[in-house]
Amino acid sequence: MNGVHDMGGMHGMGPVRHEPEKTEPVFHAAWEGRVYGINSALRAVRKWNLDAWRYQIEQLPPAEYLRMSYYEKWLTVNEQLVLKHGLVTVEEFKSGKAAPGTVKAVSAFTGEVASKRMGRGIASSKEPAVRPKFAVGEKVLARNVNPTGHTRLPRYVRGKAGIIDRDHGVYIWPDSNAHEKDEQRQHVYAVRFTARELWGESASARDTVYVDLWDNYLVHA
Amino acid sequence: MDSSVHNHDHDHDHQVVPSDLALRVKALESLLVEKGLVDPAAVDALVDKFEHKVGPRNGAQVVAKAWVDPAFKARLLEDTTSAIAELGFTSGQGDHTVVVENTPQVHNLIVCTLCSCYPWTVLGLPPVWYKSAAYRSRAVIDPRGVLREFGTEVNEDVEVRVWDSTAELRYIVLPERPAGSEKMTEQELAALVSRNSMVGVEKLPPIGGKA
Repeated sequence: MNGVHDMGGMHGMGPVRHEPEKTEPVFHAAWEGRVYGINSALRAVRKWNLDAWRYQIEQLPPAEYLRMSYYEKWLTVNEQLVLKHGLVTVEEFKSGKAAPGTVKAVSAFTGEVASKRMGRGIASSKEPAVRPKFAVGEKVLARNVNPTGHTRLPRYVRGKAGIIDRDHGVYIWPDSNAHEKDEQRQHVYAVRFTARELWGESASARDTVYVDLWDNYLVHA
Repeated sequence: MDSSVHNHDHDHDHQVVPSDLALRVKALESLLVEKGLVDPAAVDALVDKFEHKVGPRNGAQVVAKAWVDPAFKARLLEDTTSAIAELGFTSGQGDHTVVVENTPQVHNLIVCTLCSCYPWTVLGLPPVWYKSAAYRSRAVIDPRGVLREFGTEVNEDVEVRVWDSTAELRYIVLPERPAGSEKMTEQELAALVSRNSMVGVEKLPPIGGKA
């Protein structure tokens, strides 16, 4: 979707305000760490995948998206997703208590798992059976499309010409996976765009932007 | 769409103001714990991991080893995910890491314009600025302006390469080894490597003020 989350190239967001690296805490309040952990535990329940989770964030109303801090967004979408998938009911949210007779689940996401686990569960692999549509060095065009669902094709490259710089292998296609449809595994490439192709004559003649794009986002130039 | 569950709480508890995030988190966690969907010990362990175990020091070890061990550096540039696994940094499944090398001719910068993708197996969780609208919007259209805000000047004859992490690849910059560090040990070198240099917003200064 052409949402406010698709920020590449926007103006008006001001300077990059950065805290000194040495003193910036990992979490700025204890609740942020709890949200991070709750999010991981709920992902382990496997009712929604990472792409669906990203799409949930993208659907926050634009003004809210810009107003909320990062972990407030995470909190809000987890509240929404547990309701949407029936893990928690509105009545339970109101009362703050599990409904009488609720059978307690056993979370597979234990302290031991949490301390070791690093992956986020988006499969990728070397799959010789899935053939690449494009070769390294080939000139391509990013499709000019405006899907209303989830996509990882940023607006600022649509319709622009680039060169396949490297083939990263085979990945699940997010546009389909976010909507719990088939995975449509296909190749992902780093595509090199010149700054001038993306931004016009005022951009540096030397600079480049590399964007990771799936087969379905590209056509032969 | 209802963007906030807390609206449901208003009739029930007039003390809870909607903006009180800590209370909302507490309410969600206690309900999920009661239902067995969240193990609080797992949340504790995860917070501890990112506050104390996984962070930019991991990436600094990778960088220092690449500076002193040419064979490791070659493996790192060829297949980053496998090379960093040699040091015990694995993402388990899914995330693939890619190292991009700074040289006198090329300066690399990492961003995720669509959300906040970040090489957390080697750098931990991203800083607030990396997730900010200002950084995400401007890194691709005005990288040199963003670099200047971090005090980093890149000469006009150097190519700035911006890597937008739109898929499941996670990029990390191999910064240039600082001038004057020739006699330092791998461990001493690792201590020089900042997080910001591995995202590409900073260069590492020369040792002892030498050019």
